[in-house]
Amino acid sequence: MESVVFIFSLIDCCALIFLSVYFIITLSDLECDYINARSCCSKLNKWVVPEVIGHAVVTVLMLISLHWFIFLLNLPIATWNIYRFIMVPSGNMGVFDPTEIHNRGQLKSHMKEAMIKLGFHLLCFFMYLYSATTGARLTDLTLSN
Amino acid sequence: MSAPAGLPPRPAGAVAAYPGGPGGSREAAAPQGAAPRCQNGPVQSQMQFPSGYGSHPPNYSAPSGHYSQVPSKAVSSHLDNQYRASYQSPYYSAPAQNVMTPPVGTNVLNTRESQQFYNSSTPPHTVGLTEGPAQGAIPSGSYVYTSAQQSYSAFGDHYNTSVSSSVASQGFPLNSDHYAMPVVSSAMYPNVSYPPAATSSMYGQAFTSQSLPAAGQFKETNTFSSQSTSVPHSLQQHVPVGYNSTLSTISSAQSFQDNLSKSLTGSVAKVNNQVNRGGIDSSQPVHSVSQNVQLTKPGFGAPASSALISSVRTPAPGLSSQPRSSPSITQSPDSALQEALDSSSTTSSASPVLNNYDALEGGGYPETRSVTNSPVPTPPAPQTSKTSKPFGYGYPALQPAYQNTAPPTPVQATNPSHHPGFQHYPQQYPGVNQLSSSLGGLSLQHSQQPEGLRPVNLTQDRNILPVSSVPAPVPNLNSDLRKLNCSPDSFRCTLTNIPQTQALLNKAKLPLGLLLHPFRDLTQLPVITSSTIVRCRSCRTYINPFVSFIDQRRWKCNLCYRVNDVPEEFMYNPLTRSYGEPHKRPEVQNSTVEFIASSDYMLRPPQPAVYLFVLDVSHNAVDAGYLTIVCNSLLENLDKLPGDSRTRIGFITFDSTVQFYNLQEGLSQPQMLIVSDIDDIFLPTPDGLLVNLHESKELIKDLLNALPNMFTNTRETHSALGSALQAAFKLMSPTGGRISVFQTQLPSLGAGLLHSREDPNQRSSTKVVQHLGPATDFYKKLALDCSGQQTAVDLFLLSSQYSDLASLACMSKYSAGCIYYYPSFHHSHNPAQAEKLQKDLKRYLTRKIGFEAVMRIRCTKGLSIHTFHGNFFVRSTDLLSLANVNPDAGFAVQMSIEESLTDTSLACFQTALLYTSSKGERRIRVHTLCLPVVNSLADVYAGADVQAVVCLLANMAVDRSVSSSLPDARDALVNAVVDSLSAYMSTASNLQQSMLIAPNSLKLFPLYVLALLKQKAFRTGTSTRLDDRVYAMCQIKSQPLVHLMKMIHPNLYRIDKLIDESTIHVNDRVVPQPPLQKLSAEKLTREGAFLMDCGSNFYIWIGKNCDNNFIKDVLGYPNYASIPQRMTQLPEIDALSSERTRSFISWLRDNRPLSPVLQVIKDENPAKTDFFQHLIEDRTEAAFSYYEFLLHIQQQICK
Repeated sequence: MESVVFIFSLIDCCALIFLSVYFIITLSDLECDYINARSCCSKLNKWVVPEVIGHAVVTVLMLISLHWFIFLLNLPIATWNIYRFIMVPSGNMGVFDPTEIHNRGQLKSHMKEAMIKLGFHLLCFFMYLYSATTGARLTDLTLSN
Repeated sequence: MSAPAGLPPRPAGAVAAYPGGPGGSREAAAPQGAAPRCQNGPVQSQMQFPSGYGSHPPNYSAPSGHYSQVPSKAVSSHLDNQYRASYQSPYYSAPAQNVMTPPVGTNVLNTRESQQFYNSSTPPHTVGLTEGPAQGAIPSGSYVYTSAQQSYSAFGDHYNTSVSSSVASQGFPLNSDHYAMPVVSSAMYPNVSYPPAATSSMYGQAFTSQSLPAAGQFKETNTFSSQSTSVPHSLQQHVPVGYNSTLSTISSAQSFQDNLSKSLTGSVAKVNNQVNRGGIDSSQPVHSVSQNVQLTKPGFGAPASSALISSVRTPAPGLSSQPRSSPSITQSPDSALQEALDSSSTTSSASPVLNNYDALEGGGYPETRSVTNSPVPTPPAPQTSKTSKPFGYGYPALQPAYQNTAPPTPVQATNPSHHPGFQHYPQQYPGVNQLSSSLGGLSLQHSQQPEGLRPVNLTQDRNILPVSSVPAPVPNLNSDLRKLNCSPDSFRCTLTNIPQTQALLNKAKLPLGLLLHPFRDLTQLPVITSSTIVRCRSCRTYINPFVSFIDQRRWKCNLCYRVNDVPEEFMYNPLTRSYGEPHKRPEVQNSTVEFIASSDYMLRPPQPAVYLFVLDVSHNAVDAGYLTIVCNSLLENLDKLPGDSRTRIGFITFDSTVQFYNLQEGLSQPQMLIVSDIDDIFLPTPDGLLVNLHESKELIKDLLNALPNMFTNTRETHSALGSALQAAFKLMSPTGGRISVFQTQLPSLGAGLLHSREDPNQRSSTKVVQHLGPATDFYKKLALDCSGQQTAVDLFLLSSQYSDLASLACMSKYSAGCIYYYPSFHHSHNPAQAEKLQKDLKRYLTRKIGFEAVMRIRCTKGLSIHTFHGNFFVRSTDLLSLANVNPDAGFAVQMSIEESLTDTSLACFQTALLYTSSKGERRIRVHTLCLPVVNSLADVYAGADVQAVVCLLANMAVDRSVSSSLPDARDALVNAVVDSLSAYMSTASNLQQSMLIAPNSLKLFPLYVLALLKQKAFRTGTSTRLDDRVYAMCQIKSQPLVHLMKMIHPNLYRIDKLIDESTIHVNDRVVPQPPLQKLSAEKLTREGAFLMDCGSNFYIWIGKNCDNNFIKDVLGYPNYASIPQRMTQLPEIDALSSERTRSFISWLRDNRPLSPVLQVIKDENPAKTDFFQHLIEDRTEAAFSYYEFLLHIQQQICK
């Protein structure tokens, strides 16, 4: 059971890592002017909800499986994701708004945020991997015993 | 001239070329007679040649020599004679003159003309005409030269430039700085175009000379076609007005394509000297030689050689007998208007000088002289004193010979302070006059304390308002650079001394940013046609006056410091027809230029002008009665819509359905097509909805005549604006263009419907103001779609109820449109608004327009732009996408300093606006601003531009209000004052802490911020309708600085004693200049009458005991009691005071795009509250008085 949870988390985490990388690439494309703000934002906005859900699922899963430490680790980022999503002003086109992304250094802060998330997800990835393997080994041991 | 030491040894060959010139002698010291200089000139030129020209045929050297024009030179005998005769004398005579008086015009010869090639070489003839400015007596020679031209086409050159030189709007004749030289220097430049014989093969000369009458205005009209087509013939006609003498017509070469119309209105003495040279094929020399000129008058004309055509000079004041023509301002009256009308922009008649150049040869360059539009008439003298700075200063190695440099003066010594990077500067030396200015130059060392730093005790000093309008601070630059710098009207920086590091900027607590008005109507604009537009290879900066030329073949970008090659064709200067003077090309002489772009700058063929009108015809709209006004305005201005033969126009009306109008040519009458499926809008017919204006004019007129009455009985109250906009977008997307939307109520059906969000009870809340942002992203998305298809949406909101402007405005904000709002509009109940709509529409329909535009702002490496304000869509980091650009749009940007600017002493900013004119030409308008970099906090404060700071803060506060909250924004505004003043006070240790001290440059800062806090956009506690507030915010974001300042801090004048006031002359009118009054009720005396200029409104407040004569003469009523409540116009009464008042008001009106509404206010008038709300120094229930505000700030500082 334990390992199933972690293996699922591992997969989810991989997806989040890919998503973060995708965000970073797309934002840096925008920075370099390879794509325009409109298409960049519509691309990114599509993935905001999956990201929120993906992260929320892991967080909840950790809560359910009573892994307090990992849950607490995930909680701030998950909260931030949800907060950011909810707080989008009604006139904006999503978390990434093409009319504002170049203003007030938003592009940079989005980039920074994506970087931090990437680091965080990588950390989680190894944590899950470790937990999954130790959990699996434990299961093996139990079985062999 | 620069110090001799700097000069390279001159090559022997060169010397040979100029036997006459005593090259060796440099007169470093005292400005002596011109003669030596002249010689110097050649010498220098010689010097240059070797290096630069080595590769070139020897021929050039000779010509160049000519250009340098030393009279003494032995050039072709022809030339010599002429010059000597005409020119030398002036020079010499002048000698003693101080720098102050530039030699006047006689010296100047311009060569401008397109050169023509003549195959056969013929001796060039030069004709110089010079006229003494004032002298009627002097014969002005006019020459007409017609030379047979040969076809130039073969030679095609790159450049066509038309330049229009400006007329100084207010009167100054401006000298081109460059050209005007102090006497001393004058010798150097002047003039001349000589056709070098040697070169003759290369260049033919066209002749155009114009002689301008001295004083007076005259206009020259040249026909100018901006087109570059090579049409053989150029005509320039000058019509001197008022002058007997003169005229010249020029002939010209076929090469001129452009017809230029010039109107020169010069004030006073203008001298144009032009030298023409014509080469003729035939052996017959055509030449006119005319020399006129009174040589004897040394003082006269500024020698400006304007490159191209005419130069206007101002006589040096000091000169003897010259009659000075009044310094008064001569404006080309309509220049602005004309330009507006004339879509062709630069070529418009407004610009006085035009040149035509064929593309053939080097192109013509117009010279533009910088004309400043300084509103205030000032005597020309100051300008004359300026020495022109050669552009060439860039070459360190080169002597300024070409340029007119003043002889070295002691000043030079002071120069060391210049940054090494800019070595050139030190070399040049401006005339003595400029010494002081140059000292001030890059460093403040020499000046004891800049005026900007003089401490002002705010709490004690009650009269801080200047007498007339607040001038823009002048950057503390070398005077030569200063003259080259971009006009503050187009380009302003909040800090005219750029701090070296972000840390220093943070310490100053002032925002760093730019305020731009890039597309404003200009009276003078050099237009350059060139096959290659010279740009930096790495950062793509356009070449500009602030680049440095490392040698003749290379230039160093002033933004990224990359060294670039000078293209071969750039070496040829059509202005002077010389080769190897890239620093004299108009691109390098003017900080505002316009290029005609080649196909490299097009993604698709230039679009035609396309106008679509989307009109609300619901019951509410019909009741308001705006349709009649709109249709009538359109009918009147149909022919004046900017555009060419491809112009297209279309109409859509909507209520709960959307109606299209088929205007296809051939129909007997307009056909209405109704689409009622508003949820899935479609175009009922593929064509015929947008039709060619000229082909279907009759149908369009029929429709416009019929429209106002078509819906009179409608009972439809709903408005399906969203669907109509979607339809409009579909209609426009193939071409792009402009959609003008007239809306009178909240959209209530279909896509984009909105709900009322305003709670009237919250209008005067002092707490949170909600709903400043859009309710839906529908309009924003639509705007982005439109922007992507190069379509802009302009919104006219004529509404008496809440219409959620915050949401609707998005359609214009992000598509680069503009927004007009007429609260409580009704054609009969509110005639003032109706009149305003009518006038605004006239301007709106006829002003210039640029399509499919993009604007990029570049700045010196180390600076970066992080936030943009205005109506546009930021497409990539520094690229603003402007589907349309109009002359009334302003922009602001905020910058940060990412890398410290320690290795440079100058920071430069360049905006390039690429657009398609209504004539289908792709053009690039480039403005470049150059500012010094400083490393001390005091210098930063000394250079603060308080108006720019306040406008930028207002923009930031709007953003803050929307993204955070209004109280936050208000706090931020107050903190901005508190922080900056406390930072200043902590730097100035000798100040007493108990007083509130501000540097002189910021003395108005607290006042302006208080005004902002009481502005509709930010005020709290006073009942403000949400739409009014949002509209004020939109205006703050999109108005250029001049108009915004009037909105923030209105101007108050006392007008019942205008007869006694000092006056200026504008055109033929006498305009009184009453002093500015404080915005306080204490100034309103019962005996007076006051005019308040709020930008969009004029209020005339009549005191109870106002002189009956004034009331009778100006208002047309016998006494105070009989003045009606609603009075919106002043009658035309034949009395001096009436005339003065009206001329003053119309002068104020002329300066702005949108016609203000005039309201006469008596005590009982309901508009009284509006008027009194603008008295921002007074206390209101909800806000501080100015004095209280100061105390509040002081308290905050002490905390």
